[in-house]
Amino acid sequence: MSGWAGRAHRQFRQALSNLMLSVTALCALLVVGVLFFILGYLMWNGGSSVDLNFFTKLPTPVGETGGGMANAIVGSLKLLFLASVVGIPIGVIGGIYMAEFSGKLSAFIVQYTADLLNGVPSIVIGIFAYTLIVLRMKHFSAIAGGFALGIMMIPITLRSTEEFLRSVPGSLREGAMALGASKWKTIVTVIVPAAYRGILTAILLSMARVAGETAPLLFTAFNNRYWSPGWNQPIASLPVVVYTYAISPYDDWHRQAWAAGLVLLGMVLLTNIIARGVLSRGTSAPR
Amino acid sequence: MATATTAGMSAGPKPSSRSFSARLIQGDQVAHVVTFLFAASVLLIVTLLLMILWTHSALPRAKFGLSFFTGRTWDPVAEDFGAAPFVYGTLVTSALALILGVPLGLGAAIFLAELAPPKISDSLTFVIELLAAVPSVIYGLLGIFVVVPFVRSVLGPVLIHTLGWMPLFKGPCYGVSFLAAGLVLAIMILPFIVSVSREVLLAVPTDQREAALALGSTRWESTWKVVVPYALTGIMGSVFLALARALGETMAVTMVVGNVTDIKASLLAPGYSIAAVIANEFTEATSDMYLQALIELGLVLFLVTFILNGLARLLILFTSRRGGTA
Amino acid sequence: MRNLARAVFAVAVVLALAGAVTAQGQLNGAGASFPFPIYSKWFDVYSKAKGVQINYQSVGSGAGIRQVTAGTVDFGASDGPMNDDQIAQFKKDRGTDIYHFPTVLGAVVLTYNIAGVTADLNFTQAAIAGIYLGKITKWNDPEIANANKGVKLPADDIVVVHRSDGSGTSYIFTDFLSKASADWKAKVGVNASVNWPVGLGGKGNEGVSGLVKQTPDSIGYVELIYALQNKMPFGNVQNSSGAFVKASLESTTAAAAGAAKDMPADFRVSITNAPGKTAYPICSFTWLLIPAKFSDTGKRDTLMGFLNWMLGDGQKMTQELFYAPLPKEVVQKELKAIGNIQ
Repeated sequence: MSGWAGRAHRQFRQALSNLMLSVTALCALLVVGVLFFILGYLMWNGGSSVDLNFFTKLPTPVGETGGGMANAIVGSLKLLFLASVVGIPIGVIGGIYMAEFSGKLSAFIVQYTADLLNGVPSIVIGIFAYTLIVLRMKHFSAIAGGFALGIMMIPITLRSTEEFLRSVPGSLREGAMALGASKWKTIVTVIVPAAYRGILTAILLSMARVAGETAPLLFTAFNNRYWSPGWNQPIASLPVVVYTYAISPYDDWHRQAWAAGLVLLGMVLLTNIIARGVLSRGTSAPR
Repeated sequence: MATATTAGMSAGPKPSSRSFSARLIQGDQVAHVVTFLFAASVLLIVTLLLMILWTHSALPRAKFGLSFFTGRTWDPVAEDFGAAPFVYGTLVTSALALILGVPLGLGAAIFLAELAPPKISDSLTFVIELLAAVPSVIYGLLGIFVVVPFVRSVLGPVLIHTLGWMPLFKGPCYGVSFLAAGLVLAIMILPFIVSVSREVLLAVPTDQREAALALGSTRWESTWKVVVPYALTGIMGSVFLALARALGETMAVTMVVGNVTDIKASLLAPGYSIAAVIANEFTEATSDMYLQALIELGLVLFLVTFILNGLARLLILFTSRRGGTA
Repeated sequence: MRNLARAVFAVAVVLALAGAVTAQGQLNGAGASFPFPIYSKWFDVYSKAKGVQINYQSVGSGAGIRQVTAGTVDFGASDGPMNDDQIAQFKKDRGTDIYHFPTVLGAVVLTYNIAGVTADLNFTQAAIAGIYLGKITKWNDPEIANANKGVKLPADDIVVVHRSDGSGTSYIFTDFLSKASADWKAKVGVNASVNWPVGLGGKGNEGVSGLVKQTPDSIGYVELIYALQNKMPFGNVQNSSGAFVKASLESTTAAAAGAAKDMPADFRVSITNAPGKTAYPICSFTWLLIPAKFSDTGKRDTLMGFLNWMLGDGQKMTQELFYAPLPKEVVQKELKAIGNIQ
């Protein structure tokens, strides 16, 4: 490395090494610190407002206390369900295509397009869904919101499914084929089950990502002070409610916004933990 | 593509084996087509998206043409629209996010990949990846209640005091600013950089490290001069992913950037971004020209993302030939 | 894992069923954030009494106009009346007229956050226009100081706050400014969304209040109720007679009194800078925008029922939320106009 054989120089390099490595440790600590700060702040501000009322009552008008966000919690769940109906089939089955059937060119094109879609700002996707669905249907609806969220789920699910399928050992594939199974039968009965846990993780992660999205819902699902019947009506959701309440001057609404943020984060964290728990107990995909 | 292998492997049932294997091949072809259709729907969605953005921005494109990119006024009354302040704001806040977030994220990734014992590395990474799941609205809330007061009362005055001679840090400082937005965005992109870079660093073969150490380098030297360059393309990839997120981030930015249509050199000045102005004005744009000008802004943002993704891909493609990890 | 899949499926079925079973007619409205407190109270009370659901979201007057024109909501609400172009557009898109129904009167106040200043400041019309044009930049400017002898105003820069989203509140405010200052009228004009010469943008009444509350030496305009709910100081504004008037129910009603006599048939009128010694100069009616024809008679009947109720019992609830009720002559005219909805 260096031509200086001097002891002092070597000590200097060693000291520098220790210094830089401590710096990286500091970086890691800072990053983790930020997350814990966010969690702590949320719990501090919103923890006390997360009571039974929160989960069971509907919002009350401005100025009256005691309201809850039951409709927003259910709304978020309904929207996620709709998003999954759009995002999971396209993502998983598309991923199967990418891993099992595609050639180099088609793989490149679909990957690039999926990455593009991933980078499209959520607000533009909201405008897309607004033009496509809301204007046609002439009203805001859960369907439009679910559709917008579903589109955002596709790239993550597709790319992750592809990765997990690709990592299934070739020996499994060959074994199945040696027993006379056709390709699609191999996929359905052997490969997908082997990557099952990984695919489930991908699904849970993409759901977690879109669960917190606000912008695409503003022009599609709108918002609703009441329960949203069916799928055709505007629907409340936690992120939109957090946004609406957060920028208001009412202290009661502020507290509710923090509480909603905490509940939302809790839901997403729980999903991630489940997803990781599922993955780590599985036999698939070495990292 | 199809299943030449299975054709020869019908060592199974003897009766009508030809029709059976024919059915097998047909099944595979059906599967091929069906899965292809699902994958192709991604292409369909993106094309549709582009088409809608293009057709619904016809009015301002006709009226302003290329001067849309350079116009500095955004006047809904006079219907004079120009994208320059928003493009500027988007680029500045995203650049700030990268400048602040990449070194921090890379440092953390290096620590987690090279130094931390595996158990600590795994659990810390899990925690950091959770940051990606925090909804952007929460980041906005934290921005309003923590970052903005911090910039207004602490960071701003310090910067003005020490570096105020530079146009980058001239006052006055209200808290809401490019800097506040950049800080919030930096935090939001950290998980992408840390997570992906760590994976890439872990994938570097150990013999690379060992070779460097065997030649007498220190731990840091082997990391910085051998391992990181080897993994550089992957790290760059993570940066582009993070950038895409920062460019399009809406909620968090509009709550802390100040929403002022102006191009100011100072980072402490309030500004605006494309995504933020669309969010603020889309639902209330009453005239067609106004609405379509906002959609044209969406198109501009889409194109920027398109170009950046292309660059990322090219970079990875180009440098991966030199033996790094993709 | 199979069980997990089954559980998810079961939940999905339950949700789907739940969705279908509770299908009930719901009216959707969007628009002004200015009257949001009283509207949310009205709709809540009326919904409980009549068993209907009226879902109103305060997304801004401009959004209200656009969404009701697009037909994505059943009715709109706006603090500024639709102009002729917008009405023509509505007729073109929806094939029918749109009616304006005034609901309450509200006032826009100037709220500020100056350290050490707890008194109600007096603002001349020239002062307000100057501040928002960017011509008056310091709190101790003579234009402000001369009207506030006895108050110690700092030599600090004024931080101006306005709405970042289009809004009827901005419409009322810019309408007032255009009457107060020929300079403003020429340079900026009147609209729900303008090219503000100076200032930071806050989203909604809520965002402006929030920014002013958090930023020292700032001034912003919000609806009276928001300032009161947030316990923010607001100033007295000089009216057309030269007197400094504080926004209140009485001064708002005084402003509307003159308008009641000359109310046009379509109820579109501006009462900013109204004549009268006790009139508060920055106030306005706020309107519900109702399409003239409804294809869904159920929705039409619900809305007509609500309008009738609003003009009667509803008017009694306005005062506790600091909105001025409509003058009696206007109420009479409106009751007649309800019959025009088909």
